[in-house]
Amino acid sequence: MEKALINKNEGSNWRELKNKLFFGLVIVLSGITIMPILLIVYKLLSKGLRQINLDFFFKVAPDTLQAMSAVQSGEIIPGGIANGITGTLLMVAVASLIAIPVSILIGIFLYENPGKKYASLIRNLTDILQGVPSVVLGLIAYFWIVKGVTNGFSALAGSVALSIMMLPLIIRSTEETMKMIPVSIKEAGAALGVPYHRIIFKIMIPSGFSGLMTGILLSISRVLGETAPLMLTTLGNRAINFNITKPTSAVPLQIWEFYNNPNMIDLVWSSSLFLVGFVLTLNIIAKRISTKYS
Amino acid sequence: MSDKILQITNPVLSISNLSIAYGKKDKLAVKDVSADVKRNNITAIMGPSGCGKSTLLRAINRMHELYPNIHTEGEIKLNGETIYEMSTSKLRRKIGMVFQRPNPFPTMSIYENVIAGYDLNGSKLKKNEKDEIVETSLHDVGLFEEVKDSLNKKGNFLSGGQQQRLCIARALAFKPEVILMDEPTSALDPLSTAKIEDLLVELKVHYSIILVTHNMSQAARISDNAMFMYLGELVEYDKTKTMFTNPKDPRTEGYLTGKFG
Ligand SMILES: Nc1ncnc2c1ncn2[C@@H]1O[C@H](COP(=O)(O)OP(=O)(O)OP(=O)(O)O)[C@@H](O)[C@H]1O
Ligand SMILES: [Mg+2]
Repeated sequence: MEKALINKNEGSNWRELKNKLFFGLVIVLSGITIMPILLIVYKLLSKGLRQINLDFFFKVAPDTLQAMSAVQSGEIIPGGIANGITGTLLMVAVASLIAIPVSILIGIFLYENPGKKYASLIRNLTDILQGVPSVVLGLIAYFWIVKGVTNGFSALAGSVALSIMMLPLIIRSTEETMKMIPVSIKEAGAALGVPYHRIIFKIMIPSGFSGLMTGILLSISRVLGETAPLMLTTLGNRAINFNITKPTSAVPLQIWEFYNNPNMIDLVWSSSLFLVGFVLTLNIIAKRISTKYS
Repeated sequence: MSDKILQITNPVLSISNLSIAYGKKDKLAVKDVSADVKRNNITAIMGPSGCGKSTLLRAINRMHELYPNIHTEGEIKLNGETIYEMSTSKLRRKIGMVFQRPNPFPTMSIYENVIAGYDLNGSKLKKNEKDEIVETSLHDVGLFEEVKDSLNKKGNFLSGGQQQRLCIARALAFKPEVILMDEPTSALDPLSTAKIEDLLVELKVHYSIILVTHNMSQAARISDNAMFMYLGELVEYDKTKTMFTNPKDPRTEGYLTGKFG
């Protein structure tokens, strides 16, 4: 009788210990996962925040001499990344103009032809495209646009490279979004004699707006920080440029340039902080949209 | 024609030798159905699950063509005009449809839902014309008083029964000749169902209604004529009273007495 009691106690102690061990393990593993994010944000804030002021957004990058004298006298580096910000916005806008309509149409096509052979072919090609390294897409845009169209490095070439990267994400999210819309909504349109293209544009796309928007924002935030394809296509520019046939700067390109200049290391941190902040903001907006409207 | 099929003069719809197959031509969902539909009546279509009621109903406004590989033979005439020679948009203006589950457009307000048939087809109507159509349609389904202060709100706060009446209003906005309804109350509670049934009886003054229903007592309560389908065939078609009191085919009798279905 007594022995049984002791045994029982031992058993429950062991179970409690196992629970505690497991709980501890979960805490440690979560910590390991969150740690890099926290470290990145901490590092960027502590090193980069100092440089961020109005000039940072509205002035172009300083030349080496300006930066050097500022560093030597212990001041913050003058100038900013306005050429990079405008370049990034320009290229992302043009890339979106190309990628969004094309991929939404493809996504709808896939949704409308679920079992067809050519649809699954396109679906597989999309998956493959997602796996192609971005530098290779940069090379392709180099041959198509830099060599073939603009006869030199250009924002257009960079936009094309980025738009190819955006395609798979938006195509997939469009197809998934369309699948979530009840067929009965589409039938309601058909029963009113609404022509097919209007059912798509006036019923399906508005009904799936939040899903489409989420996919688009995530794909933009995915390409915002791309560096390699831009090196091969837009090269960079010390001035603000809005001509898509001319070389253009971009924030990730500038980070790389600052990194290679010992006097501008501080700008690496502040530019990275800006880029991470931008991407995080887009992600948060995307999350908001998808929870608010679904 | 056999005595099991009701004869009707000046029918609104006349279906002759209609056969429909999904995919394989030897497996017919609707088999050689011929029937005329009486104007300003409620015609019920009954039968066990899978007997082809929805397929027959959808053939009348050609919604069945949305499925791939569908084969259709035979003919349907609306007021003597072959429906396969009309454009689907013209046809569906004249023959409206209401579905099993209420399906208002989720992105549109109540007002926009009612006028959707016009807006989505690109008709240019003046504001006061639209207002008039919306108001009469909502009046006709008895919803106007309930929603007149929230016309510009989305319809998702409405009850299932109200949403279904909104969908009926959307179909009525075109002033169609025929309204097709596929089990319009099967997703509703008894009170909403009763309201919709009363509404249908009122509406038949102006419209011809074809009602697919699983609910035999509903058919008995509100329909004037009734079709009984079995395995794709139209087995019997008669005045509802006659069919319920004196079915001619043993299969109809079996179904009505609950032996199967
Ligand atoms: N989209 C489709 N593809 C292939 N076969 C179908 C399709 N829709 C219906 N069928 C088949 O056609 C036949 C008739 O179906 P239908 O939906 O018209 O029956 P129903 O009488 O409306 O049934 P229920 O009472 O369950 O709604 C059934 O055998 C069904 O399996
Ligand atoms: Mg059915």
